[in-house]
Amino acid sequence: MLVPVLLGTSIIAFSLIHLAPGDPARTIAGEHASQKTINRIREKYGLDKPVYVQYGIWLGNVLRGNMGRSIASNEYITKEILHRFPSTFELALSAMVLAILVGSVAGIISASKQYSALDYTFMGIALFGVSMPVFWLGIMLMMIFGVFLRWLPIGGRMDIAISFHRITGFYILDSIITGNMAGLVSAVRYLILPSIALATIPMATIARVTRSSMLEVLRQDFIRTERAKGLSERVVIYKHAMRNAMIPVITVIGLNFGLLLAGAILTETVFSWPGIGRYVVTAVRMRDYPAVQGCVLFFAFFFVIVNLITDILYIYIDPRIHYK
Amino acid sequence: MKRKRETRAKELIRRFKYNKSAVFGLVILIVLVLSAIFANYIAPNDPTPSPPQLFNKLKPGFWSEEAVKGMPLGTDALGRDVLSRVIYGARVSLSAGFVAVGIAMFFGIILGVIAGYYGGAVDAAVMRIVDIMFAFPALLLAIVIVAVIGQGLDKAMVAIGIVYTPQMARIIRSSVLYIKEMEYIEVQKAIGSSNWRIIFRHVLPNSIAPVIVYGTLMLATAILDCAALGFLGLGAQPPTPEWGAMLSRSYSYIVSGAWWAATFPGMAILFSVLGLNLLGDGLRDILDPRLRT
Repeated sequence: MLVPVLLGTSIIAFSLIHLAPGDPARTIAGEHASQKTINRIREKYGLDKPVYVQYGIWLGNVLRGNMGRSIASNEYITKEILHRFPSTFELALSAMVLAILVGSVAGIISASKQYSALDYTFMGIALFGVSMPVFWLGIMLMMIFGVFLRWLPIGGRMDIAISFHRITGFYILDSIITGNMAGLVSAVRYLILPSIALATIPMATIARVTRSSMLEVLRQDFIRTERAKGLSERVVIYKHAMRNAMIPVITVIGLNFGLLLAGAILTETVFSWPGIGRYVVTAVRMRDYPAVQGCVLFFAFFFVIVNLITDILYIYIDPRIHYK
Repeated sequence: MKRKRETRAKELIRRFKYNKSAVFGLVILIVLVLSAIFANYIAPNDPTPSPPQLFNKLKPGFWSEEAVKGMPLGTDALGRDVLSRVIYGARVSLSAGFVAVGIAMFFGIILGVIAGYYGGAVDAAVMRIVDIMFAFPALLLAIVIVAVIGQGLDKAMVAIGIVYTPQMARIIRSSVLYIKEMEYIEVQKAIGSSNWRIIFRHVLPNSIAPVIVYGTLMLATAILDCAALGFLGLGAQPPTPEWGAMLSRSYSYIVSGAWWAATFPGMAILFSVLGLNLLGDGLRDILDPRLRT
């Protein structure tokens, strides 16, 4: 499953350059490149050879980590993407943690108190959550907490007045490593609003799936047995029911991590967050095809890895599943 | 036979009426369609006045004393009436959504029927392509397609249509796979009906329920994705009154306190998507209880 997806993705990414209007060599070199550069690129990428040979050359380069240079910045695209990856990942991870914590707790409470006022409130909010345009929610959060209340900053990753030493690119981690307290506080403050905006849709989805999965489990015989043998409601719900109810939730979490990247494109644009999402939008606007190509490959690779991790997690959470 | 059909229709309507959220969704959809059709008559002002009325720029609405008469939701940075633009936006978003879903349905039905009905290598090939396209978030794939075919509202619609095609194909395929095994199809084969006749007279009409249900839900996400592309500057271009593009043009002004120009278009998106989701979920419960999750 993984190999065909990655191979297919590479074909999509490869054809991007060839489907774009005009001469591929000019597409790679950029609109204002000289004839000499174009000729050099045509030779380097073998663009005068048959398409499958070109694909072979290109794939060889990509596998060696060489995705060419960006037209806009003339930097290596691999470098550009790796530089931005930590900031997108930091945002996506904090959004996901938030979504899982709030979503699953809300789902469990809703299920254990089915048809209560709390249940209706949570599910009402979740209904709005799945229909929410994230970019608009981001703007609204920014307006309320950034502009009117002035509690939190409205864009960027860190206060520019703070001296900060970048090591891994994960600002929270870097601040902790260097013992930079001011940096840590600033990084967290800048992370809050984008994380909430990005977390909304997965949070709502997780809450709904957790609720329905819990309701299903709570109806089963072993739960009745446990209640009958006098276990407290807390133990029944949080220890026995939850563990069984979480299996479909994990699937949804895995699927949503991929969708989170799409959300990141919008959230990063709203909050001027210097990540890959914003990079790909700028690249499309500037017709920086090699950069778009790199981002596509990167996103697909990331998605495949997340799916792999989800599959592995099943083994831990559900002992009935074995992989041979 | 005819009488039986009537009772079936009546039964569906009765079940629909019981489903409050579906009725609410339908009401929203009707409001949307009406404002899209009659935008010229309902909207108090021209959505794209030319020349721009800059003397009216970023004026608040009815809640403030500075409001301009006849512009109850305030004006944007070019002095245009926000209410009128939101009303005209229904026309843009709804037609974009319908075109995108239409494209997805057309190609999705062809691919899905071929894959489901004939099976074998065709099925394997189509489903592999679908799997690959599922490896991308829809919005990213749409952005990539826009990168190839260019920016603009018409191209955004096509891009979204292409992105949704595999989802539609998969839905049709599973429905066809189910129907194909029914006895009445076997009867048709036994009496020597051609494949075409079986597909058009029996398989397609019986797969209509999931198409309606998922078409409605798809319309919701199509409107959302189209607005997202507009917001990113890759979809509708100014001065088109498209909700996403309106947001991207006006959200920088919230810093100066002009919240209305960015708030109302977003609400329009939220309620349209919410309404269509409710309607789609309701239709699923009513038309096809098998699909209930």
